Amino acid sequence: MFRDASLMAGKDLRIELRSRVTLQQVLPFAVLVLILFGIALDPDRGVLGRASGGLFWVTVLFCALLAIQRAFTIEAADGGRDALRLSGLDPAGIFLGKAAAIAAQLVAVEVLLAAGVVIMYGTEVTGVPLLLATCLAATAGLAAAGTLYGVLAAGLRVRETLLPILLLPVLTPVLIGATKAFEAALGGVAADGWPWCGLLLVFALLYLTFGTLAFGTLLEES
Amino acid sequence: MSAPPTRTGSPATRLLGALSLIGLALLLGYALWWSPADAVQKDSVRIMYVHVPTAIVAFASCGITTLASAMWLRRRSEGWWVLGGAAAEVGIVFTGACLVTGSIWGRPTWGTYWDWDPRITSTTLLFILLVGFLALRRVDNESGDPSHRGMRAAVVGLLLFPNVMIVHYSVDWWRSLHQTATITRLDPSIEGTMLFTLMLGIVVFSMVYAWLLVHRFRVGWLEERAGATGLDAALVQRRAEAGVTGGVA
Repeated sequence: MFRDASLMAGKDLRIELRSRVTLQQVLPFAVLVLILFGIALDPDRGVLGRASGGLFWVTVLFCALLAIQRAFTIEAADGGRDALRLSGLDPAGIFLGKAAAIAAQLVAVEVLLAAGVVIMYGTEVTGVPLLLATCLAATAGLAAAGTLYGVLAAGLRVRETLLPILLLPVLTPVLIGATKAFEAALGGVAADGWPWCGLLLVFALLYLTFGTLAFGTLLEES
Repeated sequence: MSAPPTRTGSPATRLLGALSLIGLALLLGYALWWSPADAVQKDSVRIMYVHVPTAIVAFASCGITTLASAMWLRRRSEGWWVLGGAAAEVGIVFTGACLVTGSIWGRPTWGTYWDWDPRITSTTLLFILLVGFLALRRVDNESGDPSHRGMRAAVVGLLLFPNVMIVHYSVDWWRSLHQTATITRLDPSIEGTMLFTLMLGIVVFSMVYAWLLVHRFRVGWLEERAGATGLDAALVQRRAEAGVTGGVA
Protein backbone atom coordinates (compact mmCIF):
# COMPACT_ATOMS: atom_id res chain seq x y z
CA MET A 1 0.00 0.00 0.00
CA PHE A 2 2.68 2.51 1.01
CA ARG A 3 4.86 1.58 -1.96
CA ASP A 4 1.92 2.24 -4.27
CA ALA A 5 1.23 5.48 -2.42
CA SER A 6 4.76 6.73 -2.91
CA LEU A 7 4.63 5.74 -6.62
CA MET A 8 1.38 7.65 -7.02
CA ALA A 9 2.58 10.71 -5.10
CA GLY A 10 5.84 10.65 -7.08
CA LYS A 11 3.94 10.53 -10.36
CA ASP A 12 1.62 13.41 -9.42
CA LEU A 13 4.47 15.56 -8.16
CA ARG A 14 6.54 14.80 -11.24
CA ILE A 15 3.65 15.95 -13.44
CA GLU A 16 3.45 19.03 -11.25
CA LEU A 17 7.17 19.75 -11.57
CA ARG A 18 6.93 19.48 -15.35
CA SER A 19 3.66 21.35 -15.85
CA ARG A 20 4.35 23.93 -13.09
CA VAL A 21 0.65 24.58 -12.51
CA THR A 22 1.03 25.01 -8.75
CA LEU A 23 4.13 27.12 -9.16
CA GLN A 24 2.80 29.38 -11.89
CA GLN A 25 -0.91 29.48 -11.08
CA VAL A 26 -1.81 28.32 -7.58
CA LEU A 27 0.97 30.12 -5.69
CA PRO A 28 0.41 33.46 -7.46
CA PHE A 29 -3.31 33.00 -6.81
CA ALA A 30 -2.57 32.62 -3.09
CA VAL A 31 -0.62 35.91 -3.04
CA LEU A 32 -3.39 37.54 -5.05
CA VAL A 33 -6.02 36.52 -2.48
CA LEU A 34 -3.85 38.02 0.30
CA ILE A 35 -3.75 41.29 -1.65
CA LEU A 36 -7.52 41.18 -2.25
CA PHE A 37 -8.13 40.70 1.48
CA GLY A 38 -5.83 43.64 2.13
CA ILE A 39 -7.84 45.83 -0.23
CA ALA A 40 -11.21 44.64 1.09
CA LEU A 41 -10.35 45.05 4.77
CA ASP A 42 -8.44 48.35 4.69
CA PRO A 43 -4.84 47.88 5.88
CA ASP A 44 -4.97 50.96 8.14
CA ARG A 45 -7.63 49.67 10.50
CA GLY A 46 -5.49 46.86 11.86
CA VAL A 47 -8.04 44.21 10.99
CA LEU A 48 -5.56 42.31 8.83
CA GLY A 49 -3.11 41.65 11.63
CA ARG A 50 -5.79 40.47 14.03
CA ALA A 51 -7.56 38.32 11.46
CA SER A 52 -4.42 36.98 9.78
CA GLY A 53 -4.97 33.41 11.07
CA GLY A 54 -8.44 33.21 9.57
CA LEU A 55 -7.46 34.91 6.32
CA PHE A 56 -4.48 32.58 6.00
CA TRP A 57 -6.69 29.51 6.27
CA VAL A 58 -9.45 30.79 3.99
CA THR A 59 -6.77 31.34 1.36
CA VAL A 60 -5.43 27.83 1.94
CA LEU A 61 -8.98 26.45 1.46
CA PHE A 62 -9.33 28.24 -1.89
CA CYS A 63 -5.94 26.98 -3.02
CA ALA A 64 -6.82 23.48 -1.84
CA LEU A 65 -9.86 23.53 -4.14
CA LEU A 66 -7.59 24.35 -7.06
CA ALA A 67 -5.06 21.68 -6.15
CA ILE A 68 -7.78 19.04 -5.77
CA GLN A 69 -9.40 19.90 -9.10
CA ARG A 70 -5.98 19.73 -10.68
CA ALA A 71 -5.17 16.36 -9.10
CA PHE A 72 -8.16 14.79 -10.86
CA THR A 73 -7.96 16.77 -14.09
CA ILE A 74 -4.59 15.18 -14.80
CA GLU A 75 -6.26 11.75 -14.65
CA ALA A 76 -9.10 12.79 -16.96
CA ALA A 77 -6.95 13.16 -20.07
CA ASP A 78 -5.99 10.13 -22.17
CA GLY A 79 -8.12 7.75 -20.12
CA GLY A 80 -5.94 8.17 -17.06
CA ARG A 81 -8.66 6.93 -14.74
CA ASP A 82 -9.07 3.71 -16.68
CA ALA A 83 -5.33 3.28 -16.67
CA LEU A 84 -5.34 3.73 -12.89
CA ARG A 85 -7.99 1.03 -12.55
CA LEU A 86 -6.01 -1.31 -14.78
CA SER A 87 -2.66 -0.55 -13.13
CA GLY A 88 -3.16 -3.05 -10.33
CA LEU A 89 -2.14 -0.47 -7.76
CA ASP A 90 -3.80 -0.78 -4.37
CA PRO A 91 -6.71 1.75 -4.36
CA ALA A 92 -5.84 2.67 -0.79
CA GLY A 93 -2.33 3.42 -2.04
CA ILE A 94 -3.71 5.56 -4.87
CA PHE A 95 -5.79 7.50 -2.34
CA LEU A 96 -2.89 8.05 0.04
CA GLY A 97 -0.55 8.96 -2.82
CA LYS A 98 -2.95 11.49 -4.29
CA ALA A 99 -3.58 12.96 -0.85
CA ALA A 100 0.17 13.14 -0.16
CA ALA A 101 0.80 14.97 -3.45
CA ILE A 102 -1.98 17.46 -2.68
CA ALA A 103 -0.62 17.87 0.85
CA ALA A 104 2.89 18.58 -0.50
CA GLN A 105 1.50 21.32 -2.76
CA LEU A 106 -0.51 22.77 0.12
CA VAL A 107 2.60 22.88 2.29
CA ALA A 108 4.27 24.95 -0.43
CA VAL A 109 1.24 27.25 -0.48
CA GLU A 110 1.32 27.56 3.32
CA VAL A 111 5.03 28.43 3.41
CA LEU A 112 4.48 31.17 0.86
CA LEU A 113 1.37 32.42 2.62
CA ALA A 114 3.14 32.49 5.97
CA ALA A 115 5.82 34.72 4.46
CA GLY A 116 3.12 36.84 2.85
CA VAL A 117 1.15 37.26 6.06
CA VAL A 118 4.28 38.22 8.01
CA ILE A 119 5.41 40.72 5.40
CA MET A 120 2.13 42.15 4.18
CA TYR A 121 -0.11 41.91 7.26
CA GLY A 122 2.65 42.60 9.79
CA THR A 123 1.86 39.49 11.81
CA GLU A 124 4.39 38.61 14.51
CA VAL A 125 5.20 34.93 14.61
CA THR A 126 4.92 33.36 18.06
CA GLY A 127 4.17 29.85 19.27
CA VAL A 128 6.00 28.17 16.42
CA PRO A 129 5.52 24.53 17.59
CA LEU A 130 1.75 25.01 17.68
CA LEU A 131 1.76 26.72 14.28
CA LEU A 132 3.71 23.86 12.72
CA ALA A 133 1.59 21.15 14.33
CA THR A 134 -1.59 22.94 13.21
CA CYS A 135 -0.32 23.22 9.66
CA LEU A 136 0.54 19.52 9.52
CA ALA A 137 -2.75 18.31 10.99
CA ALA A 138 -4.91 20.72 8.99
CA THR A 139 -3.08 19.92 5.74
CA ALA A 140 -3.55 16.19 6.31
CA GLY A 141 -7.27 16.74 6.89
CA LEU A 142 -7.67 19.02 3.87
CA ALA A 143 -5.80 16.62 1.61
CA ALA A 144 -7.68 13.53 2.83
CA ALA A 145 -11.19 15.00 2.64
CA GLY A 146 -10.27 16.82 -0.57
CA THR A 147 -9.05 13.67 -2.29
CA LEU A 148 -12.20 11.81 -1.29
CA TYR A 149 -14.58 14.52 -2.51
CA GLY A 150 -12.33 15.18 -5.48
CA VAL A 151 -12.81 11.69 -6.84
CA LEU A 152 -16.55 12.03 -6.19
CA ALA A 153 -16.74 15.08 -8.40
CA ALA A 154 -14.17 13.87 -10.94
CA GLY A 155 -15.47 13.12 -14.40
CA LEU A 156 -18.67 15.11 -13.98
CA ARG A 157 -19.35 17.91 -16.40
CA VAL A 158 -20.17 20.30 -13.55
CA ARG A 159 -17.25 19.36 -11.30
CA GLU A 160 -15.73 22.86 -11.09
CA THR A 161 -18.89 24.27 -9.57
CA LEU A 162 -19.98 21.19 -7.67
CA LEU A 163 -16.78 20.51 -5.74
CA PRO A 164 -16.77 23.76 -3.71
CA ILE A 165 -20.36 23.34 -2.54
CA LEU A 166 -19.76 19.72 -1.58
CA LEU A 167 -16.36 20.20 0.00
CA LEU A 168 -16.30 23.60 1.72
CA PRO A 169 -19.11 22.91 4.25
CA VAL A 170 -17.38 19.63 5.10
CA LEU A 171 -14.11 21.51 5.67
CA THR A 172 -15.57 24.10 8.06
CA PRO A 173 -14.30 22.16 11.11
CA VAL A 174 -10.77 22.41 9.65
CA LEU A 175 -11.17 26.15 9.14
CA ILE A 176 -12.50 26.58 12.68
CA GLY A 177 -9.81 24.43 14.31
CA ALA A 178 -6.90 25.85 12.33
CA THR A 179 -8.04 29.46 12.81
CA LYS A 180 -8.52 29.05 16.56
CA ALA A 181 -5.17 27.31 16.92
CA PHE A 182 -3.44 30.07 14.93
CA GLU A 183 -5.14 32.75 17.02
CA ALA A 184 -3.97 31.02 20.18
CA ALA A 185 -0.42 30.69 18.89
CA LEU A 186 -0.17 34.23 17.53
CA GLY A 187 -1.98 36.26 20.10
CA GLY A 188 -3.32 34.31 23.00
CA VAL A 189 -2.14 31.46 25.14
CA ALA A 190 -0.60 28.61 23.16
CA ALA A 191 -2.05 26.05 25.54
CA ASP A 192 -5.56 27.05 24.38
CA GLY A 193 -4.62 26.08 20.85
CA TRP A 194 -3.60 22.46 21.39
CA PRO A 195 -7.17 21.09 21.81
CA TRP A 196 -8.02 22.65 18.42
CA CYS A 197 -4.99 20.95 16.98
CA GLY A 198 -6.44 17.73 18.40
CA LEU A 199 -9.71 18.38 16.57
CA LEU A 200 -7.76 18.78 13.33
CA LEU A 201 -5.92 15.52 13.96
CA VAL A 202 -9.17 13.64 14.63
CA PHE A 203 -10.68 15.07 11.43
CA ALA A 204 -7.61 14.04 9.42
CA LEU A 205 -7.61 10.52 10.86
CA LEU A 206 -11.34 10.06 10.19
CA TYR A 207 -11.04 11.06 6.56
CA LEU A 208 -7.78 9.18 6.00
CA THR A 209 -9.43 6.02 7.35
CA PHE A 210 -12.66 6.44 5.40
CA GLY A 211 -10.83 7.36 2.21
CA THR A 212 -8.47 4.39 2.49
CA LEU A 213 -11.45 2.05 2.84
CA ALA A 214 -13.81 3.62 0.29
CA PHE A 215 -11.55 4.89 -2.48
CA GLY A 216 -11.39 1.58 -4.37
CA THR A 217 -15.15 1.36 -4.79
CA LEU A 218 -15.36 5.01 -5.82
CA LEU A 219 -12.61 4.70 -8.38
CA GLU A 220 -14.25 1.61 -9.87
CA GLU A 221 -17.73 3.00 -10.03
CA SER A 222 -17.43 6.72 -10.55
CA MET B 1 -39.06 -2.30 0.36
CA SER B 2 -42.82 -2.13 0.07
CA ALA B 3 -44.69 -2.98 -3.11
CA PRO B 4 -44.20 -0.44 -5.90
CA PRO B 5 -46.86 2.25 -5.60
CA THR B 6 -48.73 3.42 -8.69
CA ARG B 7 -50.27 6.50 -7.14
CA THR B 8 -49.17 8.67 -4.25
CA GLY B 9 -52.29 8.32 -2.09
CA SER B 10 -53.39 5.23 -0.18
CA PRO B 11 -55.87 4.63 2.67
CA ALA B 12 -53.00 4.67 5.18
CA THR B 13 -51.57 7.98 3.97
CA ARG B 14 -55.04 9.53 3.78
CA LEU B 15 -55.55 8.56 7.42
CA LEU B 16 -52.10 9.91 8.30
CA GLY B 17 -52.89 13.12 6.41
CA ALA B 18 -56.20 13.56 8.20
CA LEU B 19 -54.57 12.90 11.58
CA SER B 20 -51.82 15.40 10.72
CA LEU B 21 -54.40 18.06 9.90
CA ILE B 22 -56.29 17.45 13.14
CA GLY B 23 -52.96 17.51 14.99
CA LEU B 24 -51.98 20.79 13.34
CA ALA B 25 -55.32 22.37 14.32
CA LEU B 26 -54.86 21.14 17.88
CA LEU B 27 -51.27 22.40 17.94
CA LEU B 28 -52.42 25.78 16.65
CA GLY B 29 -54.92 26.00 19.51
CA TYR B 30 -52.38 25.00 22.15
CA ALA B 31 -49.56 27.11 20.73
CA LEU B 32 -51.55 30.31 20.25
CA TRP B 33 -54.25 30.24 22.93
CA TRP B 34 -54.21 27.51 25.53
CA SER B 35 -50.55 27.62 26.53
CA PRO B 36 -49.40 30.55 28.66
CA ALA B 37 -46.95 33.23 27.51
CA ASP B 38 -43.41 32.89 28.84
CA ALA B 39 -42.40 35.04 31.81
CA VAL B 40 -39.31 36.37 30.04
CA GLN B 41 -39.95 35.94 26.31
CA LYS B 42 -43.67 36.75 26.47
CA ASP B 43 -45.60 35.68 23.37
CA SER B 44 -42.55 35.16 21.19
CA VAL B 45 -41.98 31.85 22.97
CA ARG B 46 -44.90 30.45 20.98
CA ILE B 47 -42.80 30.11 17.85
CA MET B 48 -40.77 27.52 19.71
CA TYR B 49 -43.66 25.06 19.20
CA VAL B 50 -42.91 25.16 15.47
CA HIS B 51 -39.19 25.89 15.59
CA VAL B 52 -38.00 23.07 17.86
CA PRO B 53 -40.04 20.33 16.11
CA THR B 54 -38.81 21.40 12.66
CA ALA B 55 -35.23 21.35 13.94
CA ILE B 56 -35.60 17.85 15.37
CA VAL B 57 -37.29 16.57 12.20
CA ALA B 58 -34.63 18.21 9.99
CA PHE B 59 -31.77 16.52 11.82
CA ALA B 60 -33.64 13.19 11.92
CA SER B 61 -34.16 13.50 8.18
CA CYS B 62 -30.40 13.71 7.71
CA GLY B 63 -30.09 10.48 9.65
CA ILE B 64 -32.64 8.85 7.34
CA THR B 65 -30.72 10.03 4.27
CA THR B 66 -27.52 8.56 5.65
CA LEU B 67 -29.26 5.31 6.57
CA ALA B 68 -30.88 5.04 3.13
CA SER B 69 -27.51 5.73 1.46
CA ALA B 70 -25.84 3.03 3.54
CA MET B 71 -28.61 0.58 2.67
CA TRP B 72 -28.35 1.48 -1.01
CA LEU B 73 -24.62 0.76 -0.90
CA ARG B 74 -25.41 -2.69 0.56
CA ARG B 75 -28.46 -3.68 -1.45
CA ARG B 76 -28.36 -1.47 -4.55
CA SER B 77 -32.16 -1.46 -4.61
CA GLU B 78 -34.08 1.36 -6.19
CA GLY B 79 -36.23 1.94 -3.12
CA TRP B 80 -33.31 2.99 -0.93
CA TRP B 81 -32.04 5.33 -3.63
CA VAL B 82 -35.43 7.02 -3.90
CA LEU B 83 -35.79 7.17 -0.11
CA GLY B 84 -32.40 8.86 0.28
CA GLY B 85 -33.39 11.63 -2.11
CA ALA B 86 -36.89 11.98 -0.69
CA ALA B 87 -35.59 12.33 2.87
CA ALA B 88 -33.05 14.95 1.79
CA GLU B 89 -35.62 16.96 -0.14
CA VAL B 90 -38.21 16.96 2.62
CA GLY B 91 -35.41 17.50 5.14
CA ILE B 92 -34.26 20.64 3.35
CA VAL B 93 -37.79 22.07 3.61
CA PHE B 94 -37.80 21.51 7.37
CA THR B 95 -34.26 22.89 7.70
CA GLY B 96 -35.40 26.01 5.87
CA ALA B 97 -38.49 26.28 8.07
CA CYS B 98 -36.30 25.87 11.15
CA LEU B 99 -33.95 28.66 10.02
CA VAL B 100 -36.78 31.03 9.12
CA THR B 101 -38.72 30.47 12.36
CA GLY B 102 -35.51 30.78 14.36
CA SER B 103 -34.74 34.04 12.63
CA ILE B 104 -38.23 35.41 13.29
CA TRP B 105 -37.91 34.38 16.93
CA GLY B 106 -34.44 35.92 17.15
CA ARG B 107 -35.62 39.38 16.12
CA PRO B 108 -37.70 40.20 19.22
CA THR B 109 -35.63 38.04 21.57
CA TRP B 110 -32.06 38.84 20.55
CA GLY B 111 -32.85 42.02 18.62
CA THR B 112 -31.38 40.56 15.44
CA TYR B 113 -32.40 38.14 12.71
CA TRP B 114 -29.01 36.52 12.66
CA ASP B 115 -26.58 35.81 15.45
CA TRP B 116 -23.45 33.69 15.33
CA ASP B 117 -25.10 31.24 17.63
CA PRO B 118 -23.73 27.70 17.21
CA ARG B 119 -27.09 26.25 16.35
CA ILE B 120 -27.94 28.82 13.66
CA THR B 121 -24.51 28.48 12.13
CA SER B 122 -24.49 24.69 12.08
CA THR B 123 -28.10 24.48 10.84
CA THR B 124 -27.22 26.81 7.97
CA LEU B 125 -24.26 24.60 7.12
CA LEU B 126 -26.61 21.60 7.27
CA PHE B 127 -28.84 23.37 4.75
CA ILE B 128 -25.87 23.84 2.41
CA LEU B 129 -24.73 20.23 2.87
CA LEU B 130 -28.22 19.09 1.82
CA VAL B 131 -28.20 21.44 -1.18
CA GLY B 132 -24.86 19.97 -2.27
CA PHE B 133 -26.11 16.41 -1.82
CA LEU B 134 -29.22 17.09 -3.92
CA ALA B 135 -27.14 18.86 -6.60
CA LEU B 136 -24.87 15.82 -6.84
CA ARG B 137 -27.87 13.47 -7.06
CA ARG B 138 -29.29 15.50 -9.91
CA VAL B 139 -26.00 15.28 -11.80
CA ASP B 140 -25.79 11.57 -11.07
CA ASN B 141 -29.29 11.13 -12.38
CA GLU B 142 -28.68 12.92 -15.64
CA SER B 143 -25.34 11.60 -16.75
CA GLY B 144 -23.41 8.41 -16.81
CA ASP B 145 -23.93 4.73 -16.86
CA PRO B 146 -27.16 3.84 -15.02
CA SER B 147 -25.55 0.80 -13.41
CA HIS B 148 -23.05 3.09 -11.70
CA ARG B 149 -25.60 5.74 -10.99
CA GLY B 150 -25.86 6.92 -7.46
CA MET B 151 -22.47 5.75 -6.23
CA ARG B 152 -21.13 9.25 -5.68
CA ALA B 153 -24.39 10.52 -4.23
CA ALA B 154 -24.61 7.49 -1.96
CA VAL B 155 -21.13 8.11 -0.54
CA VAL B 156 -21.89 11.79 0.05
CA GLY B 157 -25.21 10.73 1.59
CA LEU B 158 -23.41 8.23 3.80
CA LEU B 159 -21.08 10.97 5.01
CA LEU B 160 -23.94 13.45 5.46
CA PHE B 161 -24.91 12.66 9.03
CA PRO B 162 -21.33 12.20 10.32
CA ASN B 163 -20.41 15.52 8.67
CA VAL B 164 -23.42 17.22 10.22
CA MET B 165 -22.29 15.91 13.61
CA ILE B 166 -18.64 16.97 13.16
CA VAL B 167 -19.66 20.41 11.90
CA HIS B 168 -22.25 20.81 14.65
CA TYR B 169 -19.86 19.99 17.48
CA SER B 170 -16.96 22.01 16.10
CA VAL B 171 -19.17 25.05 15.57
CA ASP B 172 -20.61 24.52 19.04
CA TRP B 173 -17.14 24.44 20.54
CA TRP B 174 -16.05 27.44 18.46
CA ARG B 175 -18.95 29.63 19.61
CA SER B 176 -19.11 28.43 23.20
CA LEU B 177 -15.94 30.40 23.91
CA HIS B 178 -17.64 33.58 22.77
CA GLN B 179 -21.11 32.98 24.14
CA THR B 180 -22.34 36.21 25.59
CA ALA B 181 -24.71 36.30 28.53
CA THR B 182 -27.19 38.51 26.67
CA ILE B 183 -28.31 35.57 24.55
CA THR B 184 -31.41 34.12 26.09
CA ARG B 185 -31.51 30.43 25.48
CA LEU B 186 -34.76 28.56 25.19
CA ASP B 187 -35.56 27.62 28.75
CA PRO B 188 -34.79 23.92 29.07
CA SER B 189 -36.85 23.50 32.23
CA ILE B 190 -40.29 24.15 30.81
CA GLU B 191 -43.23 22.25 32.25
CA GLY B 192 -46.98 21.92 32.30
CA THR B 193 -48.96 23.08 29.29
CA MET B 194 -45.88 24.48 27.59
CA LEU B 195 -44.08 21.14 27.76
CA PHE B 196 -47.21 19.36 26.52
CA THR B 197 -47.54 21.78 23.60
CA LEU B 198 -43.90 21.26 22.67
CA MET B 199 -44.30 17.48 22.78
CA LEU B 200 -47.49 17.77 20.73
CA GLY B 201 -45.58 19.88 18.21
CA ILE B 202 -42.86 17.25 17.89
CA VAL B 203 -45.44 14.48 17.34
CA VAL B 204 -47.49 16.51 14.86
CA PHE B 205 -44.50 17.65 12.83
CA SER B 206 -43.16 14.09 12.75
CA MET B 207 -46.51 13.03 11.29
CA VAL B 208 -46.46 15.83 8.71
CA TYR B 209 -42.90 14.85 7.87
CA ALA B 210 -43.85 11.18 7.47
CA TRP B 211 -46.78 12.14 5.25
CA LEU B 212 -44.58 14.30 3.02
CA LEU B 213 -41.83 11.68 2.94
CA VAL B 214 -44.19 8.89 1.86
CA HIS B 215 -45.65 11.01 -0.90
CA ARG B 216 -42.25 12.23 -2.09
CA PHE B 217 -41.02 8.64 -2.04
CA ARG B 218 -43.93 7.53 -4.21
CA VAL B 219 -43.49 10.41 -6.64
CA GLY B 220 -39.80 9.51 -6.85
CA TRP B 221 -40.69 5.87 -7.46
CA LEU B 222 -43.12 6.81 -10.23
CA GLU B 223 -40.45 9.07 -11.74
CA GLU B 224 -38.12 6.09 -11.88
CA ARG B 225 -40.85 4.03 -13.59
CA ALA B 226 -41.56 6.82 -16.05
CA GLY B 227 -37.85 7.17 -16.78
CA ALA B 228 -37.55 3.44 -17.45
CA THR B 229 -40.65 3.15 -19.62
CA GLY B 230 -40.33 6.54 -21.31
CA LEU B 231 -37.85 5.42 -23.96
CA ASP B 232 -39.78 2.24 -24.82
CA ALA B 233 -43.02 4.17 -25.13
CA ALA B 234 -41.37 6.77 -27.34
CA LEU B 235 -39.95 4.06 -29.60
CA VAL B 236 -43.36 2.36 -29.93
CA GLN B 237 -44.95 5.70 -30.72
CA ARG B 238 -42.30 6.56 -33.30
CA ARG B 239 -42.67 3.19 -35.02
CA ALA B 240 -46.43 3.66 -35.15
CA GLU B 241 -46.00 7.06 -36.78
CA ALA B 242 -43.50 5.64 -39.27
CA GLY B 243 -45.96 2.85 -40.13
CA VAL B 244 -48.76 5.31 -40.87
CA THR B 245 -46.69 7.48 -43.20
CA GLY B 246 -45.30 4.43 -44.99
CA GLY B 247 -41.82 4.45 -43.50
CA VAL B 248 -39.52 7.36 -42.94
CA ALA B 249 -35.96 6.89 -44.16
